[in-house]
Amino acid sequence: MLEIKDLHVYYGAIHAIKGISLAVNDGEIVTLIGANGAGKTTTLRTASGLEKPASGTILLDGKDITNTSAQERVRMGISHVPEGRRIFPNLTVLENLELGAYLRKDKDGIARDLKMVYERFPILSDRKKQAAGTLSGGEQQMLAIGRALMSRPKILFLDEPSMGLAPLLVQEIFDIIKDINREGTTILLVEQNASKALQIANHAYVMETGNIVLSGTGAELMQSDEVKKAYLGG
Amino acid sequence: MEQFLQQIINGISLGSIYALIALGYTMVYGIIKLINFAHGDIYMVGAYVGYFCMTFLKLGFLPSLLIAMVFCTLLGVTVEKIAYKPLRDSTRIAVLITAIGASLFIEYGTMFFVKAGVRSYPDMTGLLVKQFRFGDIVLTMQQIIIVITTVLLMILLQFIVKKTKIGKAMRAVSMDKDAARLMGINVDSTISFTFAIGSALAGAAGVLVGIYYNSINPLMGIMPGLKAFVAAVFGGIGIIPGAMIGGYIIGTIEVLVSGYGNSMYRDAVVFAILILILIVRPAGLLGKNTREKV
Repeated sequence: MLEIKDLHVYYGAIHAIKGISLAVNDGEIVTLIGANGAGKTTTLRTASGLEKPASGTILLDGKDITNTSAQERVRMGISHVPEGRRIFPNLTVLENLELGAYLRKDKDGIARDLKMVYERFPILSDRKKQAAGTLSGGEQQMLAIGRALMSRPKILFLDEPSMGLAPLLVQEIFDIIKDINREGTTILLVEQNASKALQIANHAYVMETGNIVLSGTGAELMQSDEVKKAYLGG
Repeated sequence: MEQFLQQIINGISLGSIYALIALGYTMVYGIIKLINFAHGDIYMVGAYVGYFCMTFLKLGFLPSLLIAMVFCTLLGVTVEKIAYKPLRDSTRIAVLITAIGASLFIEYGTMFFVKAGVRSYPDMTGLLVKQFRFGDIVLTMQQIIIVITTVLLMILLQFIVKKTKIGKAMRAVSMDKDAARLMGINVDSTISFTFAIGSALAGAAGVLVGIYYNSINPLMGIMPGLKAFVAAVFGGIGIIPGAMIGGYIIGTIEVLVSGYGNSMYRDAVVFAILILILIVRPAGLLGKNTREKV
């Protein structure tokens, strides 16, 4: 589905991503874990077209999308739930969801997907007329995910979906991610909550200061001494 | 009392023009955080286009208004494309200085083509010169046309911003450009569209001022531009209803100061209001005082 090859990204003079390669296969959940500042978010932002890489290639279904716009990538099936949710606070819940389907023209399909989002997140249906900024953190995260699903993505990028949420909600969000994946959407997940992420991941990559230092199946990495020591608290 | 009502009528007419210009300031500020100093000059160009349409092409008010709006739309979008778009990732001060440059360029470019002198709109005829008297109060047809045109344009604007897809895109881009990109919104064309609408409104204001005050000149955009900017700040910069309210309030205050006080002070009073609002309520009448996010 998604393949990144030898990607380099700079922020000004800072070499944020130093030649990483990774692959996400159809139907998988792949996770990217690592400390703050390791380059996880930059990797996602570059893959969805918000940042331009200095070199390297990004392939979607075998097609080179390195030089396409973010807009084009949405059209091709990438949807990205950014770090910090980034919902539109002054728009209503419904307007936020409608913007998720911005590039779609199939009115019936949009209506059907809207219903599906409401079924998955009933709280959003209750609050559809409310300004999105008035929602709680967990509800905003649900809205951000719901909005991303409205473009009917082939692959969904999730950046720290559990950040700032109560433990109970964290579990709920991870269950939702598993559900979405089971229904056929490939997922690339960036998380600080390494143990939770590794539990649901088919494949995982560990990033450190712009490099991928370790990769393997979720289960393998859970057993790795390095990962245990650095990210799983012993 | 009658004099007061007369002043209010005059104030609302002038306020309509400020409100139309203020809308462009506020929309552009809302979407790219730029005080577009060239905006008052777009209004001036609108007045000239209306003048040429009426004087040389002998067109009526409505066709002249539409042609001026289209011309200003194209001009506004062109200025954005040439002057501001290449600076999208630059500091705000760089774009601001560019805006001042664009303003001077339009002013003196226009002067090159139409000469510096004052020109007069042709004498209005027919319906346009009708007057209605209520005792000592005079309501002219021009004033009615100004207010009706302004209100219709505002309703149209509200409809575009609230109900249409591009309007939603505008609001999304003004809140969060990256998130808007992730929705598949083309941020550049949305910004262009915002300049287009703002410039069309300024062009309309130019023609309205032409039929109201009659005389136009290449530097006529400076003062109303600044006052409309004050109106936008007064209402809360970036907030569309704020610009409308601000325009009417600033217009009315200015007329009242000329009518009751001393017309020498009318500009000073407007700018005193700017200073006052920046001290007392910097976010403006409808703005929420939010702290800059860190």
